[in-house]
Amino acid sequence: MAVKAVKEYVFAPMDTQEKLHGAQLTYIGWIDHLMFCAPFAFPFPPDMPFGAILEAVLPGSFGQHPDFAQIDWSQAEWTKGGRPFHPDPAKSLAENGMRHKDSLTFRIPGLTGIKGTSS
Amino acid sequence: MTMTNDATGTAKKKLGLKERYALMTRGLDWETTYQPMEDVFPYATYEGIKVHDWDKWEDPFRLTMDAYWKYQAEKEQKLYAIMDAFAQNNGHLGLTDARYINALKLFLTGVTPLEYMAHRGFAHVGRQLPGVGARVACQMQSLDELRHAQTQIHSMSNYNKLYDGFHSWRHMHDRVWYLSVPKSFFDDAITAGPFEYMIAIGFSFEYVLTNLLFVPFISGAAYNGDMGAMAFGFSAQSDESRHMTLGLEAIKFMLEQDPDNLPIVQHWIDKWFWRGYRVLTLVAMMLDYMLPKKVMSWKEAWEVYAEQNGGALFADLARYGIRPPLGWQQACDDKDHLSHQAWATFYQYQAAAPFHTWVPSEEDMAWQADKYPDTFDKYYRPRFEQWAQMEAEGNRFNNGTLPLLCQVCQIPMLFTEPGDPTRICYRESEYKGETYHTCSDGCKNIFDHEQEKYIQAWLPVHQIYQGNCFGPDADPTSPDFNPLLEVIKWYGYNVGVDNRPYEGSEDQTNFRAWKQQTTSNAPAAG
Ligand SMILES: [Fe+2]
Ligand SMILES: [Fe+2]
Repeated sequence: MAVKAVKEYVFAPMDTQEKLHGAQLTYIGWIDHLMFCAPFAFPFPPDMPFGAILEAVLPGSFGQHPDFAQIDWSQAEWTKGGRPFHPDPAKSLAENGMRHKDSLTFRIPGLTGIKGTSS
Repeated sequence: MTMTNDATGTAKKKLGLKERYALMTRGLDWETTYQPMEDVFPYATYEGIKVHDWDKWEDPFRLTMDAYWKYQAEKEQKLYAIMDAFAQNNGHLGLTDARYINALKLFLTGVTPLEYMAHRGFAHVGRQLPGVGARVACQMQSLDELRHAQTQIHSMSNYNKLYDGFHSWRHMHDRVWYLSVPKSFFDDAITAGPFEYMIAIGFSFEYVLTNLLFVPFISGAAYNGDMGAMAFGFSAQSDESRHMTLGLEAIKFMLEQDPDNLPIVQHWIDKWFWRGYRVLTLVAMMLDYMLPKKVMSWKEAWEVYAEQNGGALFADLARYGIRPPLGWQQACDDKDHLSHQAWATFYQYQAAAPFHTWVPSEEDMAWQADKYPDTFDKYYRPRFEQWAQMEAEGNRFNNGTLPLLCQVCQIPMLFTEPGDPTRICYRESEYKGETYHTCSDGCKNIFDHEQEKYIQAWLPVHQIYQGNCFGPDADPTSPDFNPLLEVIKWYGYNVGVDNRPYEGSEDQTNFRAWKQQTTSNAPAAG
């Protein structure tokens, strides 16, 4: 809906991709692992291969969880914007159809957090 | 009856309270003739609120400015006497534990700047509302809020001499990630029109939620031996009842003036209940985790001050067609989860917080389990026990990756789905080709109602990634550039001192040593 205002009220959005110097924001949450209180936000180059997220990024972010060492990425079930997503690790984020400010989650069957409590 | 003589020597009757009030409010107003009234009050109509007769505005207090000054000055005198005595007698050594002081750091960085903004907001609204009774009431509240800010700053400045993290609260308020939560709340309110501001702050915050902010902090102070904070709380309390009455009068006045006002007011209640409730996340955490000697649980406070008192209020407003705010039920359901999810967040982002955090002790966890029998052991204890174990192994859990923030409340997306505490609640909106994320139906509704306002949000995480949160001496091209460290420096923290775990902090060791000095002849350790 339109904002009620005394004159024309139009503004540029604060977080467009060009303001991030071309990087695209990607949000990633690990289902059943709420020891990490919220999904993470990352600025990624669009031409980065999806596999680099798994190999170079997520170990630094989720690695402290005791379940992390047991992850088999081939088993991961991904969602994007809440819908099933089947990324190809060899292809870039753009080629995988990922857009600026997309939100991903992954779930690894069998890994359900500390003592199975989704923590 | 007393008689006084004026300059001409004729005897005059001293005016009664009611007459004086009428003369000093209604009698001061006039219809402008050189300028059209629409130009003098340019914000009076654009929000769509219709007012037919400002004379129907009833100010139940009938306080005139001269009485106001006299009354406030007396309170001020008492307050500063207590604060001085507290400082001179080393009152801080009477605290239950130095952990308590972190609740004050949260208050000073998060709440005191809002008092100042409330001062500005009411000054603005007090200028813009066309009704003179409302203008005078807003002017007094504006002065109250300025006084609240000042007395809080003065009271807490005593701690700044002795404890870490109190030095740059104003600087931090405009920069630090979690402070963007209360800051954006108030920025949202003062950039609204005068009527929305009255519902946002005057009604939703001052009436519906204020007891959930002040009672927890002030009773927390009383329970933990902080006479200084207790004194400013009590000194503000008599103002608060005036503020509550103003908020209630504002909403009733709008609803009685025109039936078309109802849907507008209802939307504002929905919006501002949810905005305020989200800010109270910080209070929930303070109450359950930061007070060494606990007053009541967040859940108990919510049940008394929201469910009982708020329930009665909305039952009363039903005769105008007002229903309880959207999100009310969810807020009631979340009372079992809110504080645990919030403290877990600050614990893991310790390096980015200017106060100390800790894993709750065994004894504290037993208290939590008792207060939260349905949720603490099942969902939250395992997290804390894991972290206690990691600490014991010398591997404290420090989350070094920035979180996704809600576009509206700006809190990390830590809230879980209604009815499922194992799933993060995700909501998404599209606007002009961009995607926006919100933490709840409440925040999504607010976003979808005024997208053009919230796309301007200054979200700390996105600002960091845009490179806008480094000091002038930071060099992103240098090989050992550490972006998160540079952000913390830009926040104004004393790095490694303010933003470290409580265990082993200066606050902990100093407090212990000073306290020992008062009971033994041992030389000071610290
Ligand atoms: Fe206040
Ligand atoms: Fe939110």
